[in-house]
Amino acid sequence: MSDKIYVLIDHENGQIATSSLESLSFGRELSRELRMSLCAFVLGHKVQGVADKLASESVDTVILVQDSKLGQYDPDYYCEAICQIMAKDSPYILLMGHTYQNIDLAPKLAARLNTALVTGCKGYRRQEETLLFVRQMFHNQLNADVFIKSAHPWIITMQPGAIDVDNSQRVNTEIVEGVVNLSAVVRCRQSLEIFEAIRVKVDLSRAERIVAVGRGIQEANNLKIIEDLAEELGAEIAASRPVVDNEWLGRERQIGSSGQTVSPRLYLACGISGAVQHIVGMKNSECIVAINIDPNAPIFNIATYGIVGDICEVVPELTKRLKVVRKS
Amino acid sequence: MRIFTCLKEVPHRDTRYQITAEGTGIVETDLTFEISECDEYSLEEALKLKEKHDGEVTILTVGRERSERSIRKGLSMGADRAILVADNESKASNPHAVALVLSEILRSEQYDLLLLGTHSDDFNYGQTGVILAELLGLPHATIVMEIQVDVNNQTVRAMREMENGWFEWVEMSMPAVLTIQAGISKVRYPSLRGIMQAKKKEIKKIDLSSLELNLESVPQLEISKLYFPESVSSAEILKGDSSAVVAELVERLKKEAKVL
Repeated sequence: MSDKIYVLIDHENGQIATSSLESLSFGRELSRELRMSLCAFVLGHKVQGVADKLASESVDTVILVQDSKLGQYDPDYYCEAICQIMAKDSPYILLMGHTYQNIDLAPKLAARLNTALVTGCKGYRRQEETLLFVRQMFHNQLNADVFIKSAHPWIITMQPGAIDVDNSQRVNTEIVEGVVNLSAVVRCRQSLEIFEAIRVKVDLSRAERIVAVGRGIQEANNLKIIEDLAEELGAEIAASRPVVDNEWLGRERQIGSSGQTVSPRLYLACGISGAVQHIVGMKNSECIVAINIDPNAPIFNIATYGIVGDICEVVPELTKRLKVVRKS
Repeated sequence: MRIFTCLKEVPHRDTRYQITAEGTGIVETDLTFEISECDEYSLEEALKLKEKHDGEVTILTVGRERSERSIRKGLSMGADRAILVADNESKASNPHAVALVLSEILRSEQYDLLLLGTHSDDFNYGQTGVILAELLGLPHATIVMEIQVDVNNQTVRAMREMENGWFEWVEMSMPAVLTIQAGISKVRYPSLRGIMQAKKKEIKKIDLSSLELNLESVPQLEISKLYFPESVSSAEILKGDSSAVVAELVERLKKEAKVL
């Protein structure tokens, strides 16, 4: 086991995923704390550009593994490639974003290596010589400090949006070619089709104002109050996942880890509890107003202004008030 | 078709959690329990496949004996039988350990599909299904939104969710492991008939210790501390009746935040 922190980089079309930049920031913190070196790990096909970008991300090394079989994510190829590289040089910790891809990959790696995996990590704590990883549990209401009682390497996936991307400075980055042999890998999953499930495109990222509705609306018939408010404000309507799952609004209006990310000047969260998967899509909004019947709803932790109340009562009142103020 | 669907019992979603004095767990007295949300959808998928392709659905649970109540609900919804590995001391409390127990049970069973929830509402690790697939040497797909089975060719197609509203259809031969996303369908209510029939269905109980598994041989995760997140909220909670509160909000949005 080496004194290295590896960060597996998610990338698409030559762009590094934000979740990977966040993981690199976390890796940087850890590498300073533990006095270890930081190493970015790239798998792909014709991705020299990604490696070059990483050279300006304040990492000591970039391990670049290129193979035509790694051009598209496949759990068998990716798992084997990572295991082969780590067999030559096993890191202390392997970090990666808690993305849908890594949810599919990381536990397979952990099982293959019989090594510990902590998912959805938001940060760490040091208790003397022990590292504790902070993550959410119990309906996203509680934090847990988790410690690992087994050998390294440890695999940690980072909750998107939990770590700020820090400003890194260029250091002398070495790009190392990682060679793998995937000829013996039996791929047991075929990719048939990849598609975007949004028929109508609504670019919510351009909206200055958004009125977002969540499970608290309770039924589609109540959506009228949201429409009226949005119209009065000149705002776009958006939704959290449960509203889309119930087909009360289309997927093109979804905000969060499975939908769009927005940062409007004004974001009104109506009947949205504030689950981490939604928050990650709107937390950088300038002004957040939360209206929710539950005073303990996590949304109040990131809101600028909060109203504890029934949206079916508060929202029409708000629309009424806005009309009065506009006319005066 | 033979389908196993894993079911875990968790505290009810409306629980007002309290931390134990030791600070490493939740207070369980007076708690109501329910089936973990993703597992409900997983069970629903299993039942839909059973209806379409004719077959048998078995519920598989590793947990406390009280889980029997939730299992009975699953049987009322239409599952045919259940296996409960009683782990009353919560010895198998992390994903590797649970997957190890499941793999041991499944060694003596025949199945085409193993369905699990993508993650559970209590610990929320989201690992068990994929670890199980690797232990059994089976193909897997996660965060599955839709399933299509070809019984003749013994293949399954699954639509898995990717980032940013993208999806992928993948194909695997059966047996295979799928982890199911919540919210993808309407979970059925048990009918009165279903509830009556469930009383006669078998819940096979196995004591965890009788499996003689070395749970120390797999990676261990332990909770050092469980706590409520510090409220970093600087939210101005506005108080008053609806009309007073919205008047204040509009005023602040105009004058303070300057977004109106």
